[in-house]
Amino acid sequence: MATVTPGSADTAQASDESMREATPTAHAPEEHASAGGHAHPSNWLYVKVAIYLALLTAFEVFTYFETVHGWGDTAIIIMLVIMMLLKFFLVVAFFMHLKFDSPIFWRLFVFGLILAMAVYMVMLTAFRFW
Amino acid sequence: MTAEAPAHTPEHHDGEHHTSTGLSNEKLAMWVFLGSECLLFGGLISTYMFNKGRIGPDDVGPNDVFDIPFTSVSSFVLLMSSLTMVFAVSSIARGDLRGNRIWLATTAALGATFVAGQVYEFTAFYSEGLGFTTNLFGSAFYALTGFHGAHVTIGIVMLMSLLVMSMRGNLGPERAETVEIIGLYWHFVDVVWIVIFTIVYLFPQ
Repeated sequence: MATVTPGSADTAQASDESMREATPTAHAPEEHASAGGHAHPSNWLYVKVAIYLALLTAFEVFTYFETVHGWGDTAIIIMLVIMMLLKFFLVVAFFMHLKFDSPIFWRLFVFGLILAMAVYMVMLTAFRFW
Repeated sequence: MTAEAPAHTPEHHDGEHHTSTGLSNEKLAMWVFLGSECLLFGGLISTYMFNKGRIGPDDVGPNDVFDIPFTSVSSFVLLMSSLTMVFAVSSIARGDLRGNRIWLATTAALGATFVAGQVYEFTAFYSEGLGFTTNLFGSAFYALTGFHGAHVTIGIVMLMSLLVMSMRGNLGPERAETVEIIGLYWHFVDVVWIVIFTIVYLFPQ
């Protein structure tokens, strides 16, 4: 089960050492290969990502209440979009393993994402939304 | 001289698949599906953005009904369900079947909590006068969040199916990829909510 594809062996070994340093308990698993053949990071890395996600969500909610105190709408929207994209990237890259998986999966997903954004940007422009 | 073949071998244990791409076809199909789901939710989100301000002066609008602290808590619950889902995937990859069952059940419970929160929210909004056909904002809001809630519900059904399979002894480490693929769907549902929560609830109205 715990085998790594030959192409990613060096990377996996290098990450493995850094994961061991960051892993607080002896029980936590180090980087290992899944049935799909790519390496998984340790559970501690997942916990760190979840902490970042929680902090970003807390800050997003904070900006909602700060709107009352007179921050400009444009500044709020820009900040919210940046935080939303950060959260999106963290989940897709780490929880969905796109950072460790074949780039083909990444391209397929991003193609759908960009296509959707392009189509609906055109639609909203056609309806004079902006 | 009988050669015993394994009952279920989705791929070699060195991670290579017998496919033209060398990748799992099932996983590839899930990613294509998720790419197409971007178009579905993109359509619903842009429709909401277009219609959210199209309400009469006396109509019920977003500022009248949204309860941000409540929705923030349910968003946090869904976000944490992604963490428990990755634990479920990593535990089955390690061969820890008991841990896998615990994390699958936890993920399903967190998802059910989120859906329960959404049902409560819809009921509260309806009692405040916002129905599906009250105005364009109501229609777009219920369509968007309702579709998302339906996706979460389907995800819960899939997680419960995995749990039943595991309890019957049909979900071992050799099928870790099945859990990973269901996990991809679950994380996608979470990612969509990240976008919905920001655009629908937090953007200044």
